[in-house]
Amino acid sequence: MTFTILGVPILTFLTFFPTVGALLIMLLPASKPRTVRVTAFLVSIITFAASIPLFTLFDSTQRGMQFTEQSAWVPSLGISYHMGVDGISMLLILLTTLLTAVSILASFSAITTRVKAYMVTFLLLETGMIGVFTALDLFLFYIFWEVMLIPMYLLIGVWGGPRRVYAAVKFILYTVAGSLLMLVGILKLYIAHHAATGIYTFDLLQLYDTPLDPGTQLWLFGAFALAFAIKVPMFPFHTWLPDAHVEAPTAGSVILAGVLLKMGVYGFLRFAIPLFPEAAMTYTPWIVGLALIGIIYGALVAMVQRDVKKLVAYSSVSHLGFVMLGIFAWNAQGLSGGILQSINHGLSTGALFLAVGILYERRHTREIADFGGLSETLPWFAAFFMIVCLSSMGLPGLNGFIGEFLVLLGAFRAWPLESLGPLTVGNLVSAIAAIGVILAAIYLLWMYQRVMFGPVTNEKNRGLPDLAKREFWTLAPVILLIIWIGVYPNPFLRKLDVSVSELLSRVHAQTLSMRTAPPALPPLIVPASAEGSR
Amino acid sequence: MGLTLLWLVPLLPLVGAILNGVLAGTLPRKMVSAIGVGSVGLSLAIAVACFGDLLALPPESRRVTQGLFTWIQSGDFHAEVRYALDPLGAVMMLVVTGVGFLIHVYSTGYMGHEKAYGRYFSYLNLFTFSMLTLVLADNFLLMFLGWEAVGLCSYLLIGFWYQRPAAAEAGKKAFVVNRIGDWGFLLGIFLIFVTFGSVDFATVFTQAPQRLAVGSAVATAIALLLFLGATGKSAQLPLYVWLPDAMEGPTPVSALIHAATMVTAGVYMVARCHIFYLLSPPALQVVAIVGILTALFAATIGLVQNDIKRVLAYSTISQLGYMFVGCGVGAFASGIFHLMTHAFFKALLFLGAGSVIHALSGEQDLWKMGGLKAHLPWTHATFLIATLAIAGVFPFAGFFSKDEILYQAWLRGGPLLWMAGVIGAFMTAFYMFRLYFLTFHGRSRVPQEAKHHLHESPNSMTGPLMILAVLSVIGGFVQVPILAGGQRLDQFLEPVFADAVDLAPAAHAASAAGAEVGLMVISLVVALMGIFVAYKFYVADPELPRRLAEQMRGAYRLVFNKYWVDEIYESFVVQPIYQGSVRLWERFDAAVIDGAVNGVGRQIERGAELLRLAQTGYVQVYALILTLGAVVLIGYLALR
Repeated sequence: MTFTILGVPILTFLTFFPTVGALLIMLLPASKPRTVRVTAFLVSIITFAASIPLFTLFDSTQRGMQFTEQSAWVPSLGISYHMGVDGISMLLILLTTLLTAVSILASFSAITTRVKAYMVTFLLLETGMIGVFTALDLFLFYIFWEVMLIPMYLLIGVWGGPRRVYAAVKFILYTVAGSLLMLVGILKLYIAHHAATGIYTFDLLQLYDTPLDPGTQLWLFGAFALAFAIKVPMFPFHTWLPDAHVEAPTAGSVILAGVLLKMGVYGFLRFAIPLFPEAAMTYTPWIVGLALIGIIYGALVAMVQRDVKKLVAYSSVSHLGFVMLGIFAWNAQGLSGGILQSINHGLSTGALFLAVGILYERRHTREIADFGGLSETLPWFAAFFMIVCLSSMGLPGLNGFIGEFLVLLGAFRAWPLESLGPLTVGNLVSAIAAIGVILAAIYLLWMYQRVMFGPVTNEKNRGLPDLAKREFWTLAPVILLIIWIGVYPNPFLRKLDVSVSELLSRVHAQTLSMRTAPPALPPLIVPASAEGSR
Repeated sequence: MGLTLLWLVPLLPLVGAILNGVLAGTLPRKMVSAIGVGSVGLSLAIAVACFGDLLALPPESRRVTQGLFTWIQSGDFHAEVRYALDPLGAVMMLVVTGVGFLIHVYSTGYMGHEKAYGRYFSYLNLFTFSMLTLVLADNFLLMFLGWEAVGLCSYLLIGFWYQRPAAAEAGKKAFVVNRIGDWGFLLGIFLIFVTFGSVDFATVFTQAPQRLAVGSAVATAIALLLFLGATGKSAQLPLYVWLPDAMEGPTPVSALIHAATMVTAGVYMVARCHIFYLLSPPALQVVAIVGILTALFAATIGLVQNDIKRVLAYSTISQLGYMFVGCGVGAFASGIFHLMTHAFFKALLFLGAGSVIHALSGEQDLWKMGGLKAHLPWTHATFLIATLAIAGVFPFAGFFSKDEILYQAWLRGGPLLWMAGVIGAFMTAFYMFRLYFLTFHGRSRVPQEAKHHLHESPNSMTGPLMILAVLSVIGGFVQVPILAGGQRLDQFLEPVFADAVDLAPAAHAASAAGAEVGLMVISLVVALMGIFVAYKFYVADPELPRRLAEQMRGAYRLVFNKYWVDEIYESFVVQPIYQGSVRLWERFDAAVIDGAVNGVGRQIERGAELLRLAQTGYVQVYALILTLGAVVLIGYLALR
């Protein structure tokens, strides 16, 4: 039944093939960096190719998990090797495999020291990331979650910039602080499930049905949410991000922004919300508030940055604010938009970091003031960089617009019960959040203007080479997807429909049972389940 | 046949844009021109065929749609990529492809020596695609796509000579100011969707009168939010500031985007959504007031500017104000009529200015021109026609369209509004003839070295000038005044605005042929007065303007410095936000949040320092602690 590759079920294959590749690279001589690079790239491109059947064979109408695998691991403790994907994790896996291949290709010239160790680390990181998205057992999930941290710590700490140790330690401390809280939460849930049913299990799908009293839910949601909010990162837990980005090598930044931040989003969608839906509802005002602050705050601070990478890092705080806002709008548009926007952010911001890396390799600086007038000699780069900036600022016709539009529309019609005269809370929230779209145009276009336009004022900027063939091909696939999702997003949105409606019905079922009276208005929010059960 | 090809009208320029964009630098110039001009030419031919087919249909069924695919579908929201052609869309489509085609042709001459020739045509074609999508879209979201995409093209073309800091700055300013307007547009779309459950024009506009009462808050909110978008795109108060700076772009771009087509998108949008304005009398009034204030405000600035393109830019802002006055009194067809004639004569004025600038090797200062009549005969003749047209002299196109707006303002807005409009018309005639006299008449102030290069422009440039001149003469006759009983354009547009009839504001004064003729004569006299004063100032007695400026020093400085609006925005909006953000970053992000994080880190370190004291390295101490611990533990267990 399950799709297999070389006799291995696809999810296991995708998760562990990079590890196999890493082991293979260990056997290669370190004196031949080119062989190491090409092998690593081949491994990553095979992984990407192997992940495509997930997209093509995915059944958009089927509820529940697909491509599932389950076998007992430590039966006495209720731990099993349980994997599976729904629309959300499927798209995130594809994003991961694509960005990993792109990142490895982008590292060919950027990484010249300890190439072998670098590539091994990178492929192990991929295993960790895919594992996080496939695991359906909390124990298994937690292992992957922690496994993934170490390679990223090393990427920043070993191959990073001058303040790499500070940044790496800050990154690991922030994240570990969060994940320890989550571990306590997992154990408490495990015990509570046993207390209620007499069964010890870490299986996520069983834990979904654990009856919990509201007080416990609130505590457990808090523990999970904090871990994930740090990862997202939501304001005010974001200060590790600019430091990590600035010090990380280009490929590290691409993966950090493109995939690692999505783990926080994914954590909310897969764990915090469906495990504790009532608490998620209760916390909604807080999370929406922080998301809103993050959107505006991140954009304003991004605007005044002098380092391109820091600018992009703060813009991520703003963009991830949109993602969280959409999710906590609790309607089909908001949720689908939020999820799509996290994919979009991975593509756009990943590509922005690639572009910054291309500039850095030429000039060994990221200070905006050191550039100027580059369009003249780098026309292809200028065009790609422009498209990526436009995508990031949500220009219709490119991917960012689809996500932001759906998020803002979802927010606009959300929270209909709390009424403020003729306005709803959602109207106001959406109106404020939409200011973030104006600010995005300001900080991106102003940065672009200072880097690419104007006369060449610094002699070092004269005669820089345009994109090399390899650089062209690192950016081209991402640009292609940016345009594809912008023009025809439906194939992606359709994959999310069932997952979104399941999540919504879980949340709404919980909260409806909590409510004594039905909503006063026939809600403007039509849960996708109502009409989307195609 | 034509109508089934409707989708090709916007699509062909897109193909041209992609070809010239991707192959930029590898194609020979001739090929670039062929693709760039050819795609728009073909698009124009199909547009004309579509128009013919539309005319062949009975008036009440003159609305055809053509769906391509579903763009966004999520939950109960969906938006199609679907084009629609109705009389209003047809007028816009013909203006965009017609004027657009002429300006593409003109560009092959004007931009002939440009290094980035392919990039230029790629942008220009992309603009044509975007603008056609804007006017042919069948729902709000697709219209928004066109709306933002024309903004992008405007940004790219204003900053076409990006090496010049002023051009790059102006492009960014245009985009950002437009985005502020688009914020309103976007929220308007949200409100429309939650109110009607759809963003399709057909559904929304048919349901609006049933779902919303006249004067309802929702109708007002929708109308005002959309209008905010219109003030951005059509450069009205308070968001007009980007348009004068946009003159940094190549002159054909100013003609196409910043005069004839893109900036009129706001007028088109208000006309398209007229039902919301009719459902909300306050919003309609806002449109009229903003329109007339902008018309007067920009005209006063135009009186004293010295850059030929800037005068035309303020004139455009002012004329757009007139179009909004037309819409704002409920005479949407009149607004669209003026939009059309303005597209002809203002494109002609800009292209003529471009021909002058071209001849003077880039000079734009009116005080370094003069006496060019003899050197540039064709440019002069066509420019004069356009100037007469915009000044509103009978029988040129502007006379009919401006007069109709003024008449409607009298009828439905009252004498005050009419009066203001007439004052604006006087200023228009004055500043346009000031421009004309300073450029073509009087003593030549052209520097010696530039004089040798003086030459009439090539045929590729004068050809479009002549065609536009013909249109500026006859364009008004598509709509002869009420007394002649013609009403051709009105009739054609009638199906679109039919639902507006019972909602339109009541006329203050009875419509009468006598009144119309009277008003016409007055405005014609006013226009001639404006021309006469300009003649007196700039031909007969060239010292007069300086003396006058001396006498009215304060007023002169106020308008010459454009009321210091840019400076006010800079110090009261831009700087506070920027400085505030710097403070947010340095004093909050770095000091407070990171301070707390690093503080926790330091505390842990300090705690670890204390614990380190226990790690003495002496086995005896460890043994002692071990023993003490065991004693305490045993004691506790024993005493429990």
